[in-house]
Amino acid sequence: MHTGATGAARFLYSPRQRDSILRMNPRGHPTAATGRIGPASAPVDEAQLVEALRGRSAAAFETLVRSYGGSMLAATRRLLRTEEDAHDALQDALLSAFRSIGSFQGDSRLSTWLHRIAINAALMKLRSRQCKPEQPIDELLPALTQEGATMYSASEWRTGEAMLQRRQLCEVMQRCIDRLPESYRTVLLLRDIEELDTEQTAQLLGLTPGAVKVRLHRARLGLRGLLEPHMREGSEP
Amino acid sequence: MTCREVLDFLADYLNGELSDEARAAFELHLLRCPPCVNFLNTYEQTIALGQVLAESDAEVQLPEELVQAVLASHRTLGSEGDEERR
Repeated sequence: MHTGATGAARFLYSPRQRDSILRMNPRGHPTAATGRIGPASAPVDEAQLVEALRGRSAAAFETLVRSYGGSMLAATRRLLRTEEDAHDALQDALLSAFRSIGSFQGDSRLSTWLHRIAINAALMKLRSRQCKPEQPIDELLPALTQEGATMYSASEWRTGEAMLQRRQLCEVMQRCIDRLPESYRTVLLLRDIEELDTEQTAQLLGLTPGAVKVRLHRARLGLRGLLEPHMREGSEP
Repeated sequence: MTCREVLDFLADYLNGELSDEARAAFELHLLRCPPCVNFLNTYEQTIALGQVLAESDAEVQLPEELVQAVLASHRTLGSEGDEERR
């Protein structure tokens, strides 16, 4: 998250509150800087695995599937709306990774490279599924008066102990994200959840970086509005 | 600065991309407008919640039948490749 603005901290929820959200994820796996998909079970020696994959080892492919498939499936599930499509995209991604392992340069972690392949496979599947016109996002955006004054709720959201259980929170998040219009949902997923940067997102979606920024902001506004009924203090999940 | 402008500049503010002048106007508005302070907080909380979803990846188990389906496809492709090479 970017909080680069000087003096921002006094207006934002406290670092303790933010930590209480992020502490809900006891994942001991790498984050954006080091590669976001991690082996599911015992640590895998990436260099050895890559070497064996380059030697076309079937056993190495099985290790790849079992070690990295779960995290890759999580990414394809988020982008695609049906389990069947998510499975298809995962299968395409794993086979594609095996075929193109020769092009893996080792300048990023294997996990990062696989994550990107999974995202690509899911986006290709998503494009093949899009046929109906999408709804405008405007109705999800905050209401303002003619003069530009706020009409939105001033209620605070749950934090810390009052926060929903993590599983509930994930379900609510996914449900709300899925209600966003597709072109906004995809940008939000790639930027805020899959942790691609603006340039990478723009390249994958064939958009300008400026368009990605605009869509991301509007998607976050829409998602904020959709989350609000679930996140208000005292509300039901 | 109006609430609408605060809304438009939220992401730029959080990214530290506002000019000094715009940032000062933005923060002055926040001092006088509690709903916008709350809106900013919940906007940032929305972004943080995305991380909760992202970090649940480690818990996803690949169903064994899917593992077997992928391995079977791999074997099929492998044998097709062998045929082609012959």
